[in-house]
Amino acid sequence: MALALSAGAARGAIVKGGLPWKPGAADPPTAAVGEGWRYFTPQEGALVEAFVDRLIPPDQLSPGGKDCGCAIFIDRQLAGPQGRFEGYYMSGPFQKGTKQQGPQSPMTPAQHYRKGLAAFDAACRSKFSGKSFTQLSGDEKDQAIKGIEDGSLKLENLDGQDFFKLILKDTQNGFLADPIYGGNKDMASWKMIGFPGTHYDYRDWIDRHNQRVTLPTVAINTHPNWTS
Amino acid sequence: MTQKLPHKDAVIIGLGWTGSILAHELTDAGLDVVAIERGPWRDTGTDFSIAYAQDELRYRIQHELFLRPAQITVTFRNNARQTALPVRTWGAFMLGNGAGGAGVHWNAETWRFLPTDFVLRTHLTQRYGANSLPSDMTIQDWGVTYDELEPHYDAFEYLCGTSGQAGNLKGTIQQGGNPFEGPRSRPYPTPPLKQGYGHALFAEAAVQLGYKPFPQPAGNLSQPYTNPLGVTLGQCTYCGYCEWFGCANYSKSSPQTTILPVLVRKSNFEARTECEVTRVNLDNTGKRATGVTYVNAAGGEFEQPADLVILCGFQLFNVQLLLLSGIGQKYDPNSRQGQIGRNFTHQTLSTALGFFDKDKYNFNPFVSAGAIGMCIDEFNGDNFDHGPLGFVGGGYLGQVQTNGRPIETTAVPPGTPAWGAKWKQALRDNYLSTINAGGGVHASFYAYRDVYMDLDPTYKDRFGRPLVRLTIDFHDNELKMSAWLTDKYAEIMTRMGAKQVVKHPRKGPYDVTQYQTSHLCGGAIMGDNPGNSALNKYLQSWDVPNLFVQGASAFPQNAGYNPTGTVGALAFWSAAAIRSQYLKNPGPLVHA
Ligand SMILES: Cc1cc2nc3c(=O)[nH]c(=O)nc-3n(C[C@H](O)[C@H](O)[C@H](O)COP(=O)(O)OP(=O)(O)OC[C@H]3O[C@@H](n4cnc5c(N)ncnc54)[C@H](O)[C@@H]3O)c2cc1C
Repeated sequence: MALALSAGAARGAIVKGGLPWKPGAADPPTAAVGEGWRYFTPQEGALVEAFVDRLIPPDQLSPGGKDCGCAIFIDRQLAGPQGRFEGYYMSGPFQKGTKQQGPQSPMTPAQHYRKGLAAFDAACRSKFSGKSFTQLSGDEKDQAIKGIEDGSLKLENLDGQDFFKLILKDTQNGFLADPIYGGNKDMASWKMIGFPGTHYDYRDWIDRHNQRVTLPTVAINTHPNWTS
Repeated sequence: MTQKLPHKDAVIIGLGWTGSILAHELTDAGLDVVAIERGPWRDTGTDFSIAYAQDELRYRIQHELFLRPAQITVTFRNNARQTALPVRTWGAFMLGNGAGGAGVHWNAETWRFLPTDFVLRTHLTQRYGANSLPSDMTIQDWGVTYDELEPHYDAFEYLCGTSGQAGNLKGTIQQGGNPFEGPRSRPYPTPPLKQGYGHALFAEAAVQLGYKPFPQPAGNLSQPYTNPLGVTLGQCTYCGYCEWFGCANYSKSSPQTTILPVLVRKSNFEARTECEVTRVNLDNTGKRATGVTYVNAAGGEFEQPADLVILCGFQLFNVQLLLLSGIGQKYDPNSRQGQIGRNFTHQTLSTALGFFDKDKYNFNPFVSAGAIGMCIDEFNGDNFDHGPLGFVGGGYLGQVQTNGRPIETTAVPPGTPAWGAKWKQALRDNYLSTINAGGGVHASFYAYRDVYMDLDPTYKDRFGRPLVRLTIDFHDNELKMSAWLTDKYAEIMTRMGAKQVVKHPRKGPYDVTQYQTSHLCGGAIMGDNPGNSALNKYLQSWDVPNLFVQGASAFPQNAGYNPTGTVGALAFWSAAAIRSQYLKNPGPLVHA
């Protein structure tokens, strides 16, 4: 029987005669690998590490955002398709709409961070007698973050509250996503909340009402059966 | 230059749920069929591997399996006084792309509508009087009845292997099922799913309050099942990665798990993927479709001639292709003339969160399935007296929590700081002991004069074709209904033992960034005459009789259920009419 998946050339990718399945073919995720920054400059990277460590402070519940890899997570996202808004509709005209119409900015996340980090650090310097965010005490850092959260600390040429929302969302995504993307190191957040991770079969547990699941916590690349 | 391809008996636009059903039925009838699909081929073994399917960031947050707005999107505004702006990334609804369509990443909550839903205007005016409806509410009867559709609901459920408990077997009410449902000719093909702790607790509380809870009908299978085509589905493993995800277990009903393996082996079928249909072509009378034009991934343009054109591109793109191809008259909200784009509707979703004592309750929210849950139907459709309430419509109420994925489903009590040590503590203290069913109240969205679709004057897709413009807002009727239903839902949550219940009734204006199901309906509705509809009762275009338009675009308004049970039933019903009537005598099946 003819089995075909011919790409592009003629009428389209043609599927006829059978399922176009190939042994070993798969579409695994792109892991965040390696050391150092892919998008951030060293200064930006240091600022983001300090920032995420206040959003997710180290305490008895988990390591902080920095040690969990949230800054690495954001860096790798910004260096990849998400940082370019790939897949977004980016044709103009760009016009300001209502809140219900959703974001209408031509600025990509990568551009937003570049601009936002510089503007935020400048605002910190003018508020805290020349000190950069990374040089502030813990309380001062929290004050600065609260300032862009509630809008009282203004950034030049940029909406600080929007920037705060962006970095908060990305930090929390990094903290809670699968560790394969660089954050949530050692599944710290999952262990903290009691989520056992990427198991794919809970048939033994659906009936055990109100009992704590005792399975070990696993992630995509830490399934006990696949890697030693 | 457009290359003209050899003629086919039928061309199907889109290979999602409806495209797969129609392709199967028409190839069985002996036709030579080609399906043209915008997205890639998708296959369980390759694309939804259990090695990495359970990836919340990739599939839920970053929408990996969905259509990309860069390829095509829509514009949106709340009313005609505003300028519509493009939806740059999806929010309020998600759109399928690729073989299987949205059937790949749906939850598979597989409902039937109520018998009265199909005769809505007649029923409500008989019961409450002609003046009981708001003057701008444009609801109408479907032209098809529940009884006509029943065998086809049955066919869709037996194709899918739906797991559930019958509530009404041939008129006899069944213990444990939905007593309000229309009569069904036989039980569900498989028994109901098992339920988690939170789902079971909801049912107990509902019984205490005098309701009759029943398991939600699910296309996540309670046991292995072989469908009438000979395709076998596996048992659901309650993995908690269902809605937004492809199923790696072959246990969620989808075109992949029910039809495609058989369809692609037929010698009279061919699928062309990564090909986007740009228009339906008409002959010079404008009353006959000659085929379609499409563009492949390399940018080549082709003309595919065919005798029969079946539009299966999902509600939005069905309506867009009708508008772009100049089929039918476009709707004008001022004169109320024209049918294409009229009676656009969505769903009125709301919920209430329940925070429970963490030392007493552990719900294991991650042990779940896309269509799990216990529901009540006392407040759906016209199952209750609307006389004193000041609104019409309703919905099902359920503990239908599908997952405990950490990014999406970590709710914290109001007043918790958004970050810092207190946020972490609240996450930890509430994750296992909170009921957070996104769509606990799943209610109707009736049609209005000023909720409609047309073509945007400014924004274009990558081929330069105008995007569809959505003009949509909530009306008082739906907002009142949502507040009332959400109160009822919160009462059940309180009875379950929640220490804090936080209500989230639907509030206006309609917000395109807030997910509220992907159940877009209307725009090319069915009815009993060309003066009130785009399609006849067999989903055949009144204007172009060799064109049939499948999917929820045909719903005159949306009911308080998920649509796909009805979409599937209509597809089988329409296919039966094509096979038994149209092919013998091509032409209008209903004379206007
Ligand atoms: C996240 C999510 C959850 C859902 N959960 C439920 C649920 O639990 N219960 C329920 O009842 N419903 C649910 N739905 C809705 C359900 O998936 C749809 O009702 C159903 O898939 C509609 O079938 P369809 O054939 O009309 O469209 P689809 O299944 O979307 O198929 C349409 C196909 O047409 C293709 N297409 C479109 N335009 C073109 C073109 N111009 N050229 C070529 N191809 C084209 C698309 O790529 C797509 O593959 C859900 C949807 C989503 C997105």
